[in-house]
Amino acid sequence: MGLDIRLPIGGLFSILGVLLAGYGLVSDRGIYVRSLGINVNLWWGAALLVFGAVMIVLGGGGVRPGRDDKGRPHGRERACLRGR
Amino acid sequence: MTNLTAIDWIIMLVYFVFVIGIGVLLRRKVKTSADFFLAGRAIPAWVCGLAFISANLGAQEVIGMAASGAKYGIATSHFYWIGAIPAMVFVGVFMMPFYYGSRARSVPEYLRLRFDEKTRGLNAISFAVMTVFSSGISMYAMARLIEILHFLDAPFQRFGIPQSYIFHFSIVASAVIVLAYILLGGLSSAIYNEVVQFFLIVAGFLPLTWLGLKNVGGWHGIVQKLPAAFTHSWVGMSQASTNPLGVDVFGLAMGLGFVLSFGYWCTDFLVVQRAMAADSMSAARRTPLIAAIPKMFFPFLVILPGLIAVALPTQPASVPAGSVITVSTPAAFPGSMGIIPPKIDPATSQVVTDSNGKPVMDYDLAIPNMLLHYFPTGLLGLGLTALLASFMSGMAGNVTAFNTVWTYDIYQSYIRPNATDDHYLWMGRVATVFGIAISMVAAYAATRFNNILDMLQLVFAFVNAPLFATFLLGMFWKRTTGHGAFVGLLSGTASAALHHGLTLSVGAVSGIKGAWLGSVLHLYPSEMAQNFWTAIWAWTACFSVTIVVSLLTRPRPENELVGLVYSLTERPSEENVKWYLRPAILGLIVLGMTALLNFVFW
Repeated sequence: MGLDIRLPIGGLFSILGVLLAGYGLVSDRGIYVRSLGINVNLWWGAALLVFGAVMIVLGGGGVRPGRDDKGRPHGRERACLRGR
Repeated sequence: MTNLTAIDWIIMLVYFVFVIGIGVLLRRKVKTSADFFLAGRAIPAWVCGLAFISANLGAQEVIGMAASGAKYGIATSHFYWIGAIPAMVFVGVFMMPFYYGSRARSVPEYLRLRFDEKTRGLNAISFAVMTVFSSGISMYAMARLIEILHFLDAPFQRFGIPQSYIFHFSIVASAVIVLAYILLGGLSSAIYNEVVQFFLIVAGFLPLTWLGLKNVGGWHGIVQKLPAAFTHSWVGMSQASTNPLGVDVFGLAMGLGFVLSFGYWCTDFLVVQRAMAADSMSAARRTPLIAAIPKMFFPFLVILPGLIAVALPTQPASVPAGSVITVSTPAAFPGSMGIIPPKIDPATSQVVTDSNGKPVMDYDLAIPNMLLHYFPTGLLGLGLTALLASFMSGMAGNVTAFNTVWTYDIYQSYIRPNATDDHYLWMGRVATVFGIAISMVAAYAATRFNNILDMLQLVFAFVNAPLFATFLLGMFWKRTTGHGAFVGLLSGTASAALHHGLTLSVGAVSGIKGAWLGSVLHLYPSEMAQNFWTAIWAWTACFSVTIVVSLLTRPRPENELVGLVYSLTERPSEENVKWYLRPAILGLIVLGMTALLNFVFW
């Protein structure tokens, strides 16, 4: 459909990752008592950022799953409105 | 109760901006009704696959499966490994060639092509009613959850809005957001957002499982803390009395694994629509198979938190349901109840007890309580956003299925045939608006008459149970006739009602739970067993009546059935397809992995 969904996904998760990890860096240690002393904001934020970056690279690099070797979708057919 | 800080609100806001943004980006692409209802049949397989499970991953799924995990243990994973995967493989390998190949635009339309107008009408109308009500139930559940979690209390207080408006706000806000992105981008927008929601749900719940497991000492720790029946999915399944589900292995395999699961995954337009939007036959067939791979691991995401919630040492609950009560409860079964509080009757503020006087646990709070227990501000925002996303994907799935069936199968067929394509595109948008409006009415009805929704869901179950028999015969036996299918469906629904009306489960009172015809011919060990057997009866009745009536009525000429029936349709050629893209091979891999999981959690 023109828009490669991996780009918005990559964008969303990169932003969420930066927000969470950034907050993890500045937040007070005390709030991590409930998460077993682990700074989950920092670590999970970093993980989401990596995921987001990978999606952007895949989406922007034109790697297209579900397409044949020539980069076309398999036997793409437009739906035609059936008259009755 | 729940104190969210600025970071949580920012995370939520970023997500909603993206949701609407995707709709705006896709708006330019919607030119014809096929773009709006079928996403132009141009979506790659992996996107359809993730949307396929995401549309089903509504709130009922996330909250309900964790609740079930807390109540019954790992045996809940039967709903995935027996109750979803085999059917998903079947629909991809065997049924998709007819759905996609016949160029039908909806499941009811396939029924018209294969059978006749009345069979389509029956299916289209019952399906349309079911989807709008399901979407309303989803909406209601979300508004209730937002109330219970109290995370809107503080902002409402700040702006001086009475707390009683939180419910209305939740209903209206969810309706407006779903409405906006579907109106803008149609099915593609719904599908793209479902994929985003899929990743968000994983991102929001994976740390929960991880922290929980770390806390209780891994799977090993859960095994030590909970009774053995909770950590084995098959041990004790041979008899209904020796497993927590109260179901015997035949009822499980036939009722859940065959009738209910195939009836849902193979015939429900809500999920099949996602595969029909694929860009090619091969992509459409791979859609459910790709979906099956994450699906088989979902128990770790949604059932495990429920198990962890009961394995934790009992402590004052983060959310005492209802109002002020924090009671230390006698356990309803051996072992601790962890962080799950007893259910409180909102009218009397008393703990709800069952017929034996034991308190009933509010298992639906398993996931919310786990989130509040482990997540600090920041991650909590992400977790709550994931929860909201799951409600919306469920609602949007219902709404897109509804507007398509309404426009193509009801409006174009019975109300206004032969209009221009622009007119149907317009109608689809109008249907989206009134579909959501009816859902809102249903959500409000639920606040007043809780039993009405229970009753509706029961009626839906009666209507759905026999469906797969009709499709199975229709696709694989060319002699099946339209009269046979129609009468078969009606008798299937009637037998479901009859069976439910004459049976009861242990501990239940007659009425909505069964035996409403006055006498109890059979007493089932659990409600689940009763439901499974209701489905088995419905299916068997539909199957046999369809065969008998078909044999008595005139068959359709074979040349009309090409592309609609297995024996008269050319198999899709797979010679040039790489082995790992072939549906049959993918299907075998999926089934093998599922068998392995069953073996590990035996």
